[in-house]
Amino acid sequence: MLIILPNIALIESSFRPYLPLNEIDGPRDSYTLANYQRFLSTPVGFDIFGMSIDVPIHLRIFITTVLYSILVTAIILIIGYPAAYYMTKTISPSNMALFFIVLTVPMWVSEILRSFAWFTILSFKGPLNALLIEMGVIDSEIRWIRGYNGIVIGLVYTYMLFMVFPLYSSMQSLDKNQIEAAQDLGASWWRTHWRVIVPHCKPGIVSGCVMVFMLSAGSLLVPSLLGSPNSLWFTQTIQQLMLEALDWNTGAAYSLLFLLLCTFVVAGMMWAFKVKLSNITN
Amino acid sequence: MFRNSQIRLGHLYLALFLLYLLLPLGVMGGASLNDSRFPTVYPWMGLTDKWFIALWNDARMWGALRNSVIVAIGVVLLAVPVGTAAAFVISSMSGTARTILYGALIAPVLAPGAVIGISTLLFWAKLSVPPGLHLSVLGQVSYIASLVMLLVLARLRSLDASLEEAAIDLGASHAQVLRYIVFPHLAPALTASAAVAFFQSMENFNITLFTRGTSSSDTLTVYVFSMVRGGVTPSINALALIIVSVTLLVTTAFALLRQSSRLP
Amino acid sequence: MRVSSHSRNLVPQAISNSADSEKRSEGSVELEHVSCRFGSFRAIEDLSLTIRAGEFFSILGPSGCGKTTILRMISGFIDPSAGTIRIGGEDVRGKRANQRPTSLIFQNLALFPLMRVWENVAFGLEMRRVPRSIRRKRAEELLALVDLVGAEEKMVSQLSGGQRQRVAIARALAVEPSVMLLDEPLSALDLKLRQHMRAELRSIQKRTGVTFIYITHDQSEALAMSDRVAVMNKGRMLQVAPPHEIYHNPSSGFVAKFVGETNVIEGKLVRIADGFGTVESPLGQHRARVSHNVQGESVALYVRPEHVDVSRQRQGDNAIEARLQDVSFEGSFALVKAVTAHGHVFLVATDNKDLQRLPSNTENVYLHFDEQQAFLLQSDREQCIT
Repeated sequence: MLIILPNIALIESSFRPYLPLNEIDGPRDSYTLANYQRFLSTPVGFDIFGMSIDVPIHLRIFITTVLYSILVTAIILIIGYPAAYYMTKTISPSNMALFFIVLTVPMWVSEILRSFAWFTILSFKGPLNALLIEMGVIDSEIRWIRGYNGIVIGLVYTYMLFMVFPLYSSMQSLDKNQIEAAQDLGASWWRTHWRVIVPHCKPGIVSGCVMVFMLSAGSLLVPSLLGSPNSLWFTQTIQQLMLEALDWNTGAAYSLLFLLLCTFVVAGMMWAFKVKLSNITN
Repeated sequence: MFRNSQIRLGHLYLALFLLYLLLPLGVMGGASLNDSRFPTVYPWMGLTDKWFIALWNDARMWGALRNSVIVAIGVVLLAVPVGTAAAFVISSMSGTARTILYGALIAPVLAPGAVIGISTLLFWAKLSVPPGLHLSVLGQVSYIASLVMLLVLARLRSLDASLEEAAIDLGASHAQVLRYIVFPHLAPALTASAAVAFFQSMENFNITLFTRGTSSSDTLTVYVFSMVRGGVTPSINALALIIVSVTLLVTTAFALLRQSSRLP
Repeated sequence: MRVSSHSRNLVPQAISNSADSEKRSEGSVELEHVSCRFGSFRAIEDLSLTIRAGEFFSILGPSGCGKTTILRMISGFIDPSAGTIRIGGEDVRGKRANQRPTSLIFQNLALFPLMRVWENVAFGLEMRRVPRSIRRKRAEELLALVDLVGAEEKMVSQLSGGQRQRVAIARALAVEPSVMLLDEPLSALDLKLRQHMRAELRSIQKRTGVTFIYITHDQSEALAMSDRVAVMNKGRMLQVAPPHEIYHNPSSGFVAKFVGETNVIEGKLVRIADGFGTVESPLGQHRARVSHNVQGESVALYVRPEHVDVSRQRQGDNAIEARLQDVSFEGSFALVKAVTAHGHVFLVATDNKDLQRLPSNTENVYLHFDEQQAFLLQSDREQCIT
């Protein structure tokens, strides 16, 4: 047994590092940095915070992807935090098991169906429009899936639980006397949250945010299904390069860039909040 | 510590939250039963089963389903042993080496699926292995095995080390310890990770899309994707309703089973 | 029961002179016909109680008797189902915990683990928007008060159990409460430290003049520290009195048995005269004090182990024939177990000096007690006196 285990480990650990290594080999071997340069070519106008600057188109897609992923993460945090908080505080342990089963249903349903559900709801001839017209709120159908609306709605729904669960488990470990002690010392409810609950839940919040950000930025399904002609996600660009233009090398370069970005974001958040890697995946 | 008004507010919020999570699935499934040209539940045009019949006669769907199951089984067979072995190795290590290896092993969980898919494709292309379902299996294994490792590791951590020592003290060989102490303890985690691996594989899209090769080797998820992009008929909703129901049944059964056997 | 622990409290100590009269009225707590139900469970039933300002008041009772519920009602974490609570004469109905002039010290202390010691102490001031430099200065003063100079920058996890205790006290004092509520804060400490902290708490209370309401199930803790003790059982107040009164003159069998060791003789009341009653039981006739109302003829006679003497000869009326069975050495004293012919067990506390002179366990002995030191109560019926 003592011999077999390290052997499997050897196979294991030698197998994995190959993948990233190979990516570095891919573009550099034959094409040098040309693929990366392409990333910085084709400048187009780009409005950011009211300023208009010329930015390469792929860089623009890259930046919008990051910005919208951050937006999605923020929305999920705002909706998910109270949900996790009330879950810990108002649901009795005996009801919790049932609540959990119900809650996890959307998680077991695959990602594609979750975004398809919103595709159904938001579609031009879909139930939301029909209902709103019937109620007299609107006169004619609204095209919900415009710009990045659809993507944001879809991503928020699809990855909500990836925020709620880490938040819930970190909140559950908070001694409720801590909350009472803060209140007893005169803290208002939001100060109790800000000074006691949020600092305690920091690992949960960070890991939830990291997960949601990574999943959102890396999502291909949701942008493809709920995106509009004028919304582009960076993964879609990669997909086009790989499967439509069949330019595997540029695709590889882009995906390496993308991987670097994600690693950078995760490392940055972990560094900023002094959270360990092992805390995030648990 | 909570006053009634706060509890009511909490329950209201949670009820809305659940509604938000569940209603879209209901709408999607319900649309398949509506006798309308568009996938919608409102206005309600009457009950129909025609979209289910249309689905039943769709040969591509059946092919895709078969592919999905084949891939998923392959993934389970590979990911569970590999992930378990990795968990053993990690738990036997300590210090910086452990941190580094741990980081390397869970990186695929966090890395975007598209990147994994592409790197798998490129790696095997270099070794002149053409893309296809077998690559899908390998690509999926690389991150699903990490999930398995996390599950097994969590369970392994709860194993009292003195149990192993007690068994060795009583004259058991290492193989016997593994057979009689460690594996029975891990059994629930292994079952769970096999289930997780199967479902994760079934619904995987990103990796599969890049590694599957020709369009004849669709998996169910990829097939649904192409159908949605191609032109929507409520028969996709019918398929969705079936998938949701099956997932629901399986997970509920699994949850009940776990509850009744009181496994952690 | 150690004899020394109650003699200290024979004279109720004067309320701290540092407390001005205004503070005194602020710190009073009154409960009027307070009830608290959780569903069908009645935690507190029609309870009335007045705690004077500047008093060290203990609530003593077995776990689950409702004492924590009282504390949480005063601090504002639970609302009473019925009745009125006044703090400093003011009805606090509808006021939340963060608006009441009370500070609670939790059983597990509930220090904030992610904050430094001084931040913990100054937390209440921070919530009141006191500027940082003043907070810091105040925290240092309070840490000096609890003898923790120099610990300001430490994390809570770096402190020992006793030090954490002090931080919790300083944190609660920082908001200058009129009433401090303490929920068994010493229960996690070891015996030595516990005894030390008792004296410490008592002295901090005297120095600050703040009303302390202290909850415990440890009777020696309650007797040692308090000006007055309330004994509770099953949601009711059984007796509220100074410690020596509780110990020497309990109002019911429950109080007598819960506070210290006691011997019981169940029997029939034969007569009452001049404040003394005579009980007839299979052990014979015995006389004891009657200071609480006794109705009916079914009574019980109680006598503390330290008030029982052992001798070879029968002396006087209050004597019981028995045989010594077992001696357990308790350090400063010894507990002797004696059994009568009927199988009735008596406990006798003896001075260590007398230990050598005890008769051997083969001969019959006589147990004596003074009628002044024994008391008669109604048999096994726990009355509510409030």
